This record gives sequence, C-alpha cells and structure tokens, in this order.
Amino acid sequence: MKYVEEFRDQHHVCAIAAAIAREADVSRRYRLMEFCGGHTHAIFRYGLQQLLPNNVEFVHGPGCPVCVLPMARIDQAIRLAQQPDLVLCSYGDMLRVPAGKGRSLLQAKAAGADVRMVYSTQDALQIAREQPQRQVVFFAIGFETTTPPTAVAILQAQREGLTNFSVFCNHVLTPAALGAILDTDTPLAIDGFLGPSHVSTIIGSRPYEVFAERYQRPIVIAGFEPVDVMQSALMAIRRINQGQAIVDNEYTRAVTRDGNAKAQALMAEVFTLRSEFEWRGLGLIANSALKIADAYAAFDAEQRFDVPLRALTEIKGCECPAVLRGQKTPLDCKLFGAPCTPENPLGACMVSSEGACAAYWRYGRVQEAG
Amino acid sequence: MCLAIPAEIILIDGDEAVVSLDGVRKKISLALVDDVAVGDFVLIHVGYALNKIDADEAAKTLQLFAEAGMLGGER
Ligand code: SF4
Repeated sequence: MKYVEEFRDQHHVCAIAAAIAREADVSRRYRLMEFCGGHTHAIFRYGLQQLLPNNVEFVHGPGCPVCVLPMARIDQAIRLAQQPDLVLCSYGDMLRVPAGKGRSLLQAKAAGADVRMVYSTQDALQIAREQPQRQVVFFAIGFETTTPPTAVAILQAQREGLTNFSVFCNHVLTPAALGAILDTDTPLAIDGFLGPSHVSTIIGSRPYEVFAERYQRPIVIAGFEPVDVMQSALMAIRRINQGQAIVDNEYTRAVTRDGNAKAQALMAEVFTLRSEFEWRGLGLIANSALKIADAYAAFDAEQRFDVPLRALTEIKGCECPAVLRGQKTPLDCKLFGAPCTPENPLGACMVSSEGACAAYWRYGRVQEAG
Repeated sequence: MCLAIPAEIILIDGDEAVVSLDGVRKKISLALVDDVAVGDFVLIHVGYALNKIDADEAAKTLQLFAEAGMLGGER
C-alpha cells in the first residue's frame, strides 16, 4: 500500500536505530513518552524498543480513547441501550469494554438490547432514516480524529430534519490530557514526547507549543508507522541533547502547523467545552471534553433521555494513574496478569489492545524477560 | 482507535467519494476536506477523509530516512 510500506521498511528502521545509538549520550537517560496507543502498538508489534540502546526508553502514554473513558460512562450507554424502542450505535471497540461486574454493551445486546456496531457516523444516520419510529443514539467517543465526523452527522441530521437521531457525546481533547500528564506534583519522569499523528492532522502541531515551552520538553509529532516512530525518537533525542524544548513535526505528509481548518470549524460549530470531565486513570480534568452546543441541544442524548450518570468506583490496586503518567510500568501492578488480563480487564490500560497493559500482555512479557 | 489509513480517491460525487484501499473500493465522506481531486491520497478514518496526504512532504521524509541510512553505512 502506498504511503504505508515505505514507512515500514526494515532498512530504514535499522539505519535510524544506528543513528540513535551514535547520537544518544551514554551518560544520560532518555525517557520518551509516546502519547498514542497507535505508537504503543507499533513499538510492540515491530519490537522497536529492542533496537534502542538501554538508556533510551519508550514510556506508554494515555492516548487510547477507549481506555480513558470512565466505566460510569459505559454504564450510562448500557442503560441508554436498555430504553424501549432505542437503537444504540457505537464503534466496535466500545462493545467489549466492561462497566464493572462483567457488564458490557455486548452483554446488553445478548440480553436483548438493540446495540449495533457501526463503522461510521453515516451508518448511524442511515439507521435513523430507515427506522423513523425508533430512537437512534450514536455513542460518540474519541479524540479529535473522531469528533469532526460526529459534528458532520449532527449537522446532517438537522438539515434532514431527523428527529429520531441523537448523540451521546463523550469526545475528549488531546491537549488537555497532555497537560494533565505534565502537570504533576512529582518530578516529571519523561524527557520528551512523541505527539499524536492523526489527532494532529485535525488540530495541527500548534496546540502543543505551549506545553513544550511551559514544561520544557521537546514534542515530536510522529507518524504511526515504525520508521516514523524511530525517526521521531531520533528527532526528540537531538532536541534533548541540544536542550531545546520545541515542537517538531515528523509527520509532515499529513500534519501542518494549523491543521484542518474545515474540520476545526465544524467542531467549533457543533460542540462546546465541558468545564470538567472524568478520565479513566487520570481523574477529573478541567476543560478536557466536549458537549453538544445549545444550538444543537435537540440532538443531545443526555438531554433527550433521562439516564443520569451514576458514580462507579474503579478497581482498588490498579496502577493505571501511574502507568498513564509514565511513573510505573504495567509490571509494577500486582493485578497484572492475574486477575487483570485483556479478557478480564480491571483498569483502563488493559481495556483495548492499544493500552499499555494490554500491549505488555500481548507482546511485552517475553521481551522484558529476555 | 485513532488509526487512519491512506487511500487513493477514484471517484468524487459531491461530498462523497470512492477510494481504493489496497484494491478494495470503499465509499467515504469528503465533508471534512477541501480541494481534493481524483488521484489524491487521503487519510481515511471512520469513513471520512481526515486530510490529504502531501506527496512532496512524504518524499522529503523518505529522503531523510535514506540519509540516516547513508550515515549508518559509514560506520
Ligand atoms: S494491569 Fe490492570 S489493574 Fe494493573 S494497572 Fe494495568 S489495567 Fe490497571
């Protein structure tokens, strides 16, 4: 596939690994947090950590929207799905995520709720068109990559006068999560960041500049293919060596400084900031999520249906908050492997294959031991 | 979750397009992008084109990799 294979070329990966070995200063440590689950996945799948010198370490970040959604929100979606004459549509990743005591959307579906997996917001709209007598709710989750498609669907529903379509909005903002990781009382255990790739195609590289400046850490916007990840690590190491805390862009083929203005305008039109939002593993973060703007309140499932959020307590002993901040590894968690596994995830990082604990479980244990 | 895949635009019809994803044809929405043409590569995510892929920038990035390779060869 064009624009994929070239960026998986093993020779490039090895050449850049050699450059990193030359340029990384043996007298210091380089802890690089890759923000996105997509990077984490590439690092484990291609064994990139093993190609780096011992003092260069990838630290896995919180960038998996499935992982950071609190159980209480999934519980709310399940109870929405159980409303009479309601079709709940969601991206496939969400169906298996447990909301405590083994409850999930998949299980609600098995028990008779009409839960449908959709590939696109367009599919959810189509269900609403075809079944005007039923309420169709789109369970919207994700960072700035999935937010514009939700905005498009709401605008389309308004244009078409679809009164049976609404959105349960759980969209969250990447820069807010980055801020929450950087803003800790304990000394920051991270020397540089590999920044989001596809989120940045929308928001651009500019929103990261204040963080690089304020917290004095370089940030490299990094593509998701293995050569991109290696090249971005090299770029970050160079900045660390030079003591420069600025934002670089490795993923120039898709990311500009200003991002996608059309998509940003659509988001600004349809959504507004929530004053705070709970992130699984990171806690309450101010101004970190979006809700549907007043002008589009008619399409807000939280207003249309009386299904309030219930507080649910997260599992005791789960080290996700420290793992998500790069202060601990999954191996430091007493619950890792038993009882917490991808089949029975107890915390955020085990929930999707992009989470740090799940990646360790699938690929990491052998490599760590070896 | 945030993975987007590069695909070539084969046909454009208003806000919709058909792309070729590794030979498989798929209908996507162009509602988020401006100025795309048949033959352009776009990044596809949840049925939408997020952005156009800049062919020149892609070539430059590959050139950077190649340079790292040449330096590596000197060792
Ligand atoms: S292994 Fe499970 S319980 Fe432990 S930190 Fe990871 S997700 Fe949380």
